[in-house]
Amino acid sequence: MVIEKFTTVRSTAVPLPIENVDTDQIIPARFLKATTREGFGDNLFRDWRYDKAGNPKEDFILNQDRYSGSILVAGKNFGSGSSREHAAWAISDYGFRVVVSSFFADIFKNNSLNNGLLPVQVSEAFLQTIFDMVEADPGTELEVNLEQQQISIAGTDHAETFEINPYKKECMLNGYTDIDFLISIKDKIEAFEQSRT
Amino acid sequence: MAGKTLFDKVWDAHVVQEIEGGPSVLYIDKHLIHEVTSPQAFAGIDARGMKVFRPQNTVATPDHNVPTIDQHVTIHDELSRFQVNKLTQNCENHGIELYGLNHPYQGIVHVIGPELGITQPGMTIVCGDSHTSTHGAFGSVAFGIGTSEVEMVLTTQCILQPKPKKMRINVEGELAKGVTAKDIILYIISQISTSGGTGYFIEYAGSAIRSLSMEGRMTICNMSIESGARGGLITPDATTYEYIRGREFAPKGEAFEKAVQQWESLKTDEDAVFDRELTFAASDIQPMITYGTNPGMGTKISGNIPAESDIEASGQKSFKKSLAYMGFEPGVPLEGMPVDFVFVGSCTNGRIEDLRAFSAFVKGKKKADNITAWIVPGSKQVEKQAIEEGLDKVLEAAGFELRQPGCSACLAMNDDKIPEGKLAVSTSNRNFEGRQGPGARTMLASPLTAAAVAVTGKVTDPSGLIQ
Ligand code: SF4
Repeated sequence: MVIEKFTTVRSTAVPLPIENVDTDQIIPARFLKATTREGFGDNLFRDWRYDKAGNPKEDFILNQDRYSGSILVAGKNFGSGSSREHAAWAISDYGFRVVVSSFFADIFKNNSLNNGLLPVQVSEAFLQTIFDMVEADPGTELEVNLEQQQISIAGTDHAETFEINPYKKECMLNGYTDIDFLISIKDKIEAFEQSRT
Repeated sequence: MAGKTLFDKVWDAHVVQEIEGGPSVLYIDKHLIHEVTSPQAFAGIDARGMKVFRPQNTVATPDHNVPTIDQHVTIHDELSRFQVNKLTQNCENHGIELYGLNHPYQGIVHVIGPELGITQPGMTIVCGDSHTSTHGAFGSVAFGIGTSEVEMVLTTQCILQPKPKKMRINVEGELAKGVTAKDIILYIISQISTSGGTGYFIEYAGSAIRSLSMEGRMTICNMSIESGARGGLITPDATTYEYIRGREFAPKGEAFEKAVQQWESLKTDEDAVFDRELTFAASDIQPMITYGTNPGMGTKISGNIPAESDIEASGQKSFKKSLAYMGFEPGVPLEGMPVDFVFVGSCTNGRIEDLRAFSAFVKGKKKADNITAWIVPGSKQVEKQAIEEGLDKVLEAAGFELRQPGCSACLAMNDDKIPEGKLAVSTSNRNFEGRQGPGARTMLASPLTAAAVAVTGKVTDPSGLIQ
């Protein structure tokens, strides 16, 4: 799997001001039958996005032309529930590169980072500011700078720094994956096995 | 220097390497895989032209996607069949032990690991499924991982993980009549919320926890993830050793005695420090049920759905959205609400003890006419044992039938979907919107409560109805 390098993303945003968005909402289980990583974007937020007959529900944010962009902004405790990486794949496949929330579930965060999707955790107040400004003007752009670990609302003084594990940051900046790293230390792993027996 | 917690002891013994400012390289003893979260991992390893590094440390079984009726015939759904066949192929290509459909050991990953003696104290165990936390009941460090991590384990038997913080939750005292392990964990999550455990690994302790059977302890650890915690664990003790003794892959004879001696050291030191510690009184816990769309939205069955004024301002929007989905009004009593479906099963409550509890309650009674019930054993072994004990006959006489093993309506990937708008009382672990089928409404409860609901046809506190 090739991970695209991540440096800076500047884009308009899609606001989803709902708390506890769980992985069953992001991608319902009945769409997990695929054996490849592609195509999950079509069913992202499936049951919020489409009615039973498969027609778009007009009031759902992804169906509103006003909002677009590669940054998803969501309420607290995003990605709770199952370990399905399909959730991160669906969000990426749809075209998002960043998810902003005030709190992420652990496994979702790991899964995102392993797929070049950047989870940006901001304060509750900053999250609210983003929601307010984006809802008032859907043309509002956010800028996410990974090198400086900063997220800002373009053309304003609103900015915040965010945390990311230094190792993970290197991986994202360079498009490296954990698997590449683990393969590179296989002799150490074998030595560890030896030491236990 | 402060002492170590049980979690520290197991974790530290598996660290191959620490990365500067980064996660630890953690060695994995046992890896469980199933059909849904592994195909992309195998595709990755194949694309690199590599082989699975330690195939003997991985065990596979199809569970998420399998039918629970006529399972031995064929899987009708084409995509499901393809996925299950893919697992078989991948296991053959890489020399991995597979308990496929019809194999006497097939079942839900988290049910078969313990019952086959694969799960043992002090191990690190992972699986591409968040309820891997179940295995923590044996004093192992067990947690769910994503598919990229499944690929890492297949390729190197290791993953990169930041060490979580540590929390201890004590439940002290005696449990009241009708209160089970499921009620304890639903109570805990209702108190700390679905994000209260995020970033932590939880050790469950206290006299009420120690008094539980292994099945009960598994139910508790299983739902750790529903509080946001990566996993939970419990100090192994005589109950643990007796459960493991004699099981297929457990050490035997002298090797077993030696193992027990080693397992004895797996306990938190007196002077160890936790990042957070909470204590609950067992006497405060009553039979529980959920009324909303996340597992933290639970309350005692004999109580009411919270009123709007009970909910914090920041949670109002979610609360209203959730009740709107459930079709419930705030502030109303739960008991007496008519129910349509009862689901008994899943890795939370699909073990033999759960079927025994359900059967004992319904014995000599009749299923209510308005109830459709799905009773799904967690594994082939559970199914076999239930039949040996005559539980299938007890169930039949009361108007129920035993289905074939799998995850079933827990996540509704197969045909076992609760129809839109119907209300189900389920012994599984998630009541998310649509979890049990598009538009399905789920209330989580214990097998005992499920039994009471199945015979009365409505939300019922079982404690008044047991001898
Ligand atoms: S029973 Fe439910 S929670 Fe358990 S492994 Fe299966 S789908 Fe996951």
